[in-house]
Amino acid sequence: MTSAPRHFLVATFSNEDALRAAAREVRDRGCRIHDVYTPYPVHGMDELIGIRHSRLPVATLVGGLAGCATALAMQFYMAVFDWPLNVGGKPANSTLAFVPITFELTVLCAGLVTAAAFLTRSGLVPGASTVPFADGTTEDLFALVLRSRDVTIDVAEAGRLLLESGAAQVVLKDVSR
Amino acid sequence: MPGTARRTLTPAVECARPVPLRPAWLEGSLALRQISDDIALPLSARPGAGWFVCIAVSLTALAVGVACVTYQIATGIGTWGLNKSVGWAFDITNFVFWIGIGHAGTLISAILLLFRQHWRMSINRSAEAMTIFAVLCAALFPLIHMGRPWLAFWMMPYPNSRGPLWVNFRSPLVWDVFAINTYLIVSLVFWYFGMLPDFATLRDRAGAGGKKRIYGLLSLGWDGSQRTWSRYETACLLLAGLATPLVISVHSIVSMDFATSILPGWHATIFPPYFVAGAVYSGFGMVMLLLIITRRVMHLQRYITLAHLDRMAKITLLTGSLVAFSYASEWFMAWYGGNADERFVFVNRATGRYAWAFWTMVACNVVIPQCLWLRRVRTSPAALLPIAILINVGMWFERFVIIVTSLHRSYLPSSWVMYYPTSIEIGTLVGSFGLFFTCFLLFIRLLPMIATWEIKGLAAAQARGRS
Repeated sequence: MTSAPRHFLVATFSNEDALRAAAREVRDRGCRIHDVYTPYPVHGMDELIGIRHSRLPVATLVGGLAGCATALAMQFYMAVFDWPLNVGGKPANSTLAFVPITFELTVLCAGLVTAAAFLTRSGLVPGASTVPFADGTTEDLFALVLRSRDVTIDVAEAGRLLLESGAAQVVLKDVSR
Repeated sequence: MPGTARRTLTPAVECARPVPLRPAWLEGSLALRQISDDIALPLSARPGAGWFVCIAVSLTALAVGVACVTYQIATGIGTWGLNKSVGWAFDITNFVFWIGIGHAGTLISAILLLFRQHWRMSINRSAEAMTIFAVLCAALFPLIHMGRPWLAFWMMPYPNSRGPLWVNFRSPLVWDVFAINTYLIVSLVFWYFGMLPDFATLRDRAGAGGKKRIYGLLSLGWDGSQRTWSRYETACLLLAGLATPLVISVHSIVSMDFATSILPGWHATIFPPYFVAGAVYSGFGMVMLLLIITRRVMHLQRYITLAHLDRMAKITLLTGSLVAFSYASEWFMAWYGGNADERFVFVNRATGRYAWAFWTMVACNVVIPQCLWLRRVRTSPAALLPIAILINVGMWFERFVIIVTSLHRSYLPSSWVMYYPTSIEIGTLVGSFGLFFTCFLLFIRLLPMIATWEIKGLAAAQARGRS
């Protein structure tokens, strides 16, 4: 990552309809939207920003399969190989009786892997610093952020376009990280 | 657009369609900032007298429980009323009761999420909290039942110096260990995930200082980016999809503690669905009890409306009917099965020395919920409150009847005895209620008890629907 400041155009809106309309407007003009910051999930924005289908279900599947395999292997090893215990003459390999624990560990691993994958992919870790593009986006403001580099039209023109389509405020922000 | 076909089932596209919202799940039109103000108020304002009274009662009950548990661990579980025939009684009744309470929370937060029920949004956070506290209370009972709870880690399969001698994986009691720990961990993750955006809101509302730092840490740097939101909703759906079969498995496995044994009255294939229905039924009773009190004490009537109570009462009626059907089915099978011992145990339940417990159970679980057919009752907090309490009384007695009446009259008449709880056992039950309500009362002062971000989305959708 370069240390040179990156320039962003930040437009804030008071409601999601204005945000959606403005997002459609700038996208139709060929600008790529950097991101949108909202107090609650605004549906239908993914297509406008170009967010692709999340691959989290793959993580869930992998976690689940790992949990399932671990549980089966663990029970089989402990109850059949390592110390077969005769309880009421039941076979050492009572596979059906291994199902509940296998199921529980499948769910546990799938859940934990999903959670970990989500947090890692989203960069959510304790102590992560946030420098919000606009104050109040976790409260009642909706911010649309364009990166100057990605704005195909003149930046001033883009700002005017955003104001026309309902932005309460448009500011230019330099972020150096 | 590329990828459109694949996206047809994603939450984003599904919800982009205008969602019919009837009836209104929030009273009046609320500004977004107003919503966070209302929900964050209890976290900073001085608690009212009502809260102090409640916490005083809860802490007293908790103190009784701590004293009883300390005494029985120091002395041994000979302080209980158990005997050679009735080896499970109060303690296991409490365990099954508390585990069951938790199930409504997961049903509201996970299953209703999958079914896209908007009314869950005002109540899911507190219901999930209830789940976690109930599972904590439940976990307490098997621990103290061991007599030597410091050896609880023996329940886990770990390499040990005794062979290693492993746990018996064919035993439902070992399944329980895995089921309950998984349930607790997944519920905690789900609960915390739900609060992430709210912690960010609280962080940004707080002035510089300790509070901001704590909420900052808890929010993990959440900034409300659409990329995160999109992934977040997928993650929540996945967790809900995992929690749904999980919650059904937990009480099924608990029921197998009984069903896999050959005792008359226990050895029945109906047990897993019967227990799950009963769990949801009692859990909804507890959710109603908590929310009827909380909405009043915390002035949240605009968020937890009468329409919410109506829906919860309907689910209670449905699950109560399933429970009644299970009772009928059990009785039918006891007669139709032609097993004399089985038949005797059921007749003994209704006419024997514990008949009072059986008829309390029938009155509370079969008769009382019939009041919920009336809309007037379903939308009246004053009428629902006693019903909610009686449901919990009834469900506690259901477990007592199943456990004690089967054990005290099993196959051998020579082992027929009575069981009476001691004051220590009753004190431990009181203590578990103290623990549960203390945790809940602290929760409503320390954490946002309503999912702020979900309510904001709902309020916006409701406003759009109206305009």
